[in-house]
This record gives sequence, C-alpha cells and structure tokens, in this order.
Amino acid sequence: MSGIEVENLVKAWGEQRAVDGVSFQVPEGALTVLLGPSGCGKSTILRLIAGLEEATAGSTRIGGRDVGRTDAARRGVSMVFQSYALFPHLSVRENILFGLRVRRVAADERRRRLDRAAALVGLADLLERKPAQLSGGQRQRVALARAIVSEQPVCLMDEPLSNLDAKLRAEMRDEIRDLQRRLGLTMVYVTHDQTEAMTMADQVVLLRDGRVVQAGPPADLYERPATAFAARFIGMPPMNILRRDRLPPDLGGGAGGGWVGVRPEHVDLEGCGEGGGLAATVAAVDYLGAETVVRLHRNGETLMARREGRLRLDPGATVVAAWPRGRVHVFDDKGIRRDGRITAPPLPG
Amino acid sequence: MTRDAMRHVYGWLLLTPAAILLVAFTHYPTVATVLDSLYSKGSAIRPSRFVGLGQYAQLADDPIFWKVLANNAWFALGTIPASVALAIAMALLVNRALPGRALVRMAYFTPTILPMIAVANIWLFFYTPDIGLIDQVLSVFGLPGHNWLGDTATVLPAIIAMTIWKEAGFFMIFYLAALQNIPPELGEAARLEGASRWTYFRRVLFPLLMPTTLFVLINAVLNSFKLVDHLFVLTKGGPDNASNLLLYYIFESAFSYFDTNYAATLTVVLLALLAVLALAQFFALDRRIHYW
Ligand SMILES: Nc1ncnc2c1ncn2[C@@H]1O[C@H](COP(=O)(O)OP(=O)(O)O)[C@@H](O)[C@H]1O
Ligand SMILES: [Mg+2]
Repeated sequence: MSGIEVENLVKAWGEQRAVDGVSFQVPEGALTVLLGPSGCGKSTILRLIAGLEEATAGSTRIGGRDVGRTDAARRGVSMVFQSYALFPHLSVRENILFGLRVRRVAADERRRRLDRAAALVGLADLLERKPAQLSGGQRQRVALARAIVSEQPVCLMDEPLSNLDAKLRAEMRDEIRDLQRRLGLTMVYVTHDQTEAMTMADQVVLLRDGRVVQAGPPADLYERPATAFAARFIGMPPMNILRRDRLPPDLGGGAGGGWVGVRPEHVDLEGCGEGGGLAATVAAVDYLGAETVVRLHRNGETLMARREGRLRLDPGATVVAAWPRGRVHVFDDKGIRRDGRITAPPLPG
Repeated sequence: MTRDAMRHVYGWLLLTPAAILLVAFTHYPTVATVLDSLYSKGSAIRPSRFVGLGQYAQLADDPIFWKVLANNAWFALGTIPASVALAIAMALLVNRALPGRALVRMAYFTPTILPMIAVANIWLFFYTPDIGLIDQVLSVFGLPGHNWLGDTATVLPAIIAMTIWKEAGFFMIFYLAALQNIPPELGEAARLEGASRWTYFRRVLFPLLMPTTLFVLINAVLNSFKLVDHLFVLTKGGPDNASNLLLYYIFESAFSYFDTNYAATLTVVLLALLAVLALAQFFALDRRIHYW
C-alpha cells in the first residue's frame, strides 16, 4: 500500500507557479522518474510529496491516504538529497542510525538493520569514518543506506547522481535500480539526465515549466513523443525538427504549417531511395567508434544523422539525406503531436 | 660586502619598523610591568626598592584582592553562560524566514554598537531608585522601589544583567554566521527521520556550532575581565567593593592610591589568569570539537 497519486498539484511563490497543476500516479513498487530541464519544478514536486513544502492547491495520496495534512515524518517516505545531507560531525554508522535512534528503535533491531544496509551498499568497512573522509561515491552510498535502514515503503531521490563522475554514475544507476527492485521500493527519482530516465524508469514523467508534458514508459516517450519538446529532450543527439512545408511528401512534407520530426538514426545518407531525398551540405563529422554523427546544413536548417560504423565524409561535401515515410513524427504549429496517438502502436514498415 | 650579507641587511631594515612598534608597545611594557611588580612603592622619603615577591605576599594578604577576584568569578559565571545561551536562542530565531527579519537582527545587534559608557548611562536610568524604569514598572504593581546599585546584595546581579544585554547581541552575530553555513537540507533530513526541533538542535546544530562556541567562550572569558567601563559610570566598584572587578581595582591602585607597583603586581596576576583560562578552554574543548 504505497502507490502515490498526485492530483492537480500547485505550488506558487507569490506570482510564480513552480508547479502548475501536475497530476501523475506512481504504481506501488515501481520506479518513476521525474524528468525535465533545470528549474522545471522537479525538486519542488518531490518536496511536496515528502511534506517539506506545503502545496498551494491539489492533493497527494500515499497508499490511498491523503497526506496533505500529515507531518513529513509520518508519510512513510525516505529521501536522498542531491547534496546527500550527511551530518558532517557524525560517523558513517551514526549517520545511518540517526533516524532509528530518533524513532527509538531497539538496539538489536538497529544492529540488524545497520548490518543489512551496510552490506547492501558495501559500506561495512567504512562505518567509523566521517563523511569528510569519504569519496563522492561512498557518501552517496551512506545516503542510500540511511534511506534503506528507515525501511519506509517510499523512497524519494533528488538528482542523487549529479555530483558523481560518468563512470561512477553508470555503476550507481544499476545499483539503485537493483536495490529498488530487491527491496520492492516505490521510488520517485528526479533527474535532468535523459540517460538515467531511459535506463532506470518503469515510468517517466516529463515536465516543463511546472507542467507535465508526457507520462509513460521510456520507450513510449522515445517512440511517440507527445510534443516537439519531448521529442528533442529525449534522445542523443536530439530529434531533427524540420519545417513541414519545405519537405517533399515522401519525407513527410505537406501543405499547411507544422513540423516534421525524424530521429538521427533514421536519416539515411547513402541510398536515396526511389523517391529521391534532400540535398544537404556536410558541416561536421564526429566519429564515435561504433557510430558516426554527421551534422548537415540545408536552407538554414540543421539536420543530424547517425550511422553505424565509420563514415568517410568530408565537411563541405554534398550528400543526399532520406528517411522512411513511416519513421516520421508530425507536429502542429504549437509543437503538439498531430496523430494524437501518444501510446505506441506497432510502427509501420 | 657580499650579496648574501646585503640581503640580510635588507631583511632587517624591512623588519625594523614593525619590530620597533612591537617592542615599544607590547614587549617592553610587559617586561616593565613584571619588573615593576618586584619593587616596592616609592615615596619622597623612601625610594622604591627591590622586594622580590614581597608585593605578591602582600597581595595574598589583601582581603580586597580576594573579594575582587571572587566578584570577577561570579561576574564571569553570571554573564557567560547566560549571554551565550541567549545569543544562540536569538540567532536561531532570526535565522528563519520571518517578516521583518533584517529589522529584528538589527534590534538584537544594537546594544553591541553602543559604547559601554552609553550603555551604562541607559541602565543607570533603569536602575535609578524610585524614578528609574524598573522601579516605575514595579510601582505599577504596587511593589516598593529599591536602590539596585546601592545595595551590596543587588549591585553585582544588576551589573551582570546589563552586561548580558550588551554581549548577547555581539555573540549572536557569530552564531548567525555559523548557522548560515549549515545547509538547510540537514534539518530537512532530520525532520524526515522524525527528529523534533530540540533533537535536531542537540544532535546536529549544537555540535556543528562548537567551533563558534569555543571562539565565543574565549572572547566572553576575556571580556569578563576586560569590561570595566560601566563601573566608572554606575558604581565605581562600590558599595563596599561589592561590584569591584579585578581590572577596576588595578585602575584604582594605580590612579587613586598611586601605587603603580602594586597595580603592576595585580596586572601580572590578571595576565597569568587570562592565559591559563584561555589555554584551558582551548585544550579542554578542542578535543571535542568537530571542525568542518
Ligand atoms: N523556496 C523558493 N522560493 C521561491 N522560488 C522557488 C523556491 N524553490 C524553488 N523555487 C522556484 O521554483 C522553480 C522550480 O524549482 P525546482 O523545483 O528547484 O526546479 P528543478 O528541481 O526542476 O530544477 C524555479 O524557478 C525556482 O526558482
Ligand atoms: Mg532540483
């Protein structure tokens, strides 16, 4: 009983609405990622769920119970802060045990939980150290252990990996996901990093300016983005968004306004198909080992293509770019997906 | 001369101005004071002569000295814990987002900017028998007036109260600065774990404020021996030495009784006392402080 339902949540500071009518659901035992650019209100939503901020309007239910008036300590949530929020004067052991001591958990129970949590996150040898004597990754583990020993059904994480280097980030990503599954935690995970969202989430809630842009499994967001913003936010390099009226019908073009989106990996540079293609100038070629990313210019628009292996192209050369008609996403003037089908049907062709 | 010797000459020339000032105004007076304390008081018919530790023996037999020392101990005990506790409480209060926060901070800090003489004048008005603020408030409740500064039983507490008022705001500034360096997430993490405000203060804030507390304590102890300006305005150490403090007694010995040698002896004792107290605090507390 720890699913979370957020309904029409609003948080305003004076005139400015940091969270503007947000609704979503977090199924019990699942990992939901709140994804969005910096300043879009992710942390605020997390703090509203935790009870660290009071909502201006809207409701939050945890396990079916409205927690709007419940004290933060009684909502059944633990939290991992971006800065870890470790107590600098306490040893790792005392940091982990802090909450259990406050809640007057019996000594043998404390020891049991500490041993288990320390083993889970691999801290058993570091219990006597102070936070200042730990590396960033180890501090991260202490913060995780502190959340684990509390044995709360819900765990909230605010950009927990943003202070780590890339390699450690990838490791911790797997570890957190693994822990969440093993302990059956209901987790809300905030990040601005789409890789974290794509690799960890059962469900992604994409936010912009305090509103939900799209919510769904990562694959849905990638394959059927609801708006041009969603299309460009997820995927690296981002989706190409081109003016519809300048494209031939074979490539998704047509009369009227709006935009055509196509993922770089669907842009073909060699074969120009029977319907011809788009002549464009090569601006840059980035060889990344397994793939090559090519930046093309055409009529003042930029087009990215991503091809497997190594491509022998020189900047300045003219190539013909093309893509299958079925790979095209069409957005209207306001950037809203035109076919309206946000959940993924089987792709044609 | 070799280049090397020249470099030494340059070095000493550069040091000379600072060295002269230091010797003239710090080292020489200190040494002179210690030497003075070893000589008897001179007069027209009896020149000052070397008496060794004779002055110190006289000091040990001086009931006023012991009285003044005890007063100073009570003064320190009365002012330091209270002003530090008050400073922490005020700092916690104004460290929160409350309306008119800047104004409240200013108000708490005001006593610190005032010179001690001005403060003493304000409090003189509070303590004046019958027409003073305190007695007027008491008379509203039908209580009789009291000569706060004229009674040997109330004069020291009255001066202690005034000193707390003066010092707490000053110490508050240090605590406020320290509190602003403590990330608010620590409080939020503790709150999520179910810690009450008091638990958070006791287990987290207070330990993290310990470096500030050590600094404040050393200052408070030094101040409790250094602050005597108010005695000039309020009591002149009276009545019957009931509010006399060590430094004021030194002043009296030197400039009222013109016994500079005895004043020198008292000064040496005061310096030794301060050094011992500062070192003791430093070593006793330092081991339990987490610098971070
Ligand atoms: N305590 C606050 N007072 C006023 N504005 C705030 C406060 N906290 C956050 N905001 C504003 O709310 C918006 C969302 O902030 P936040 O939730 O921290 O974004 P994110 O975590 O997505 O980067 C920002 O524009 C920020 O300036
Ligand atoms: Mg944030």
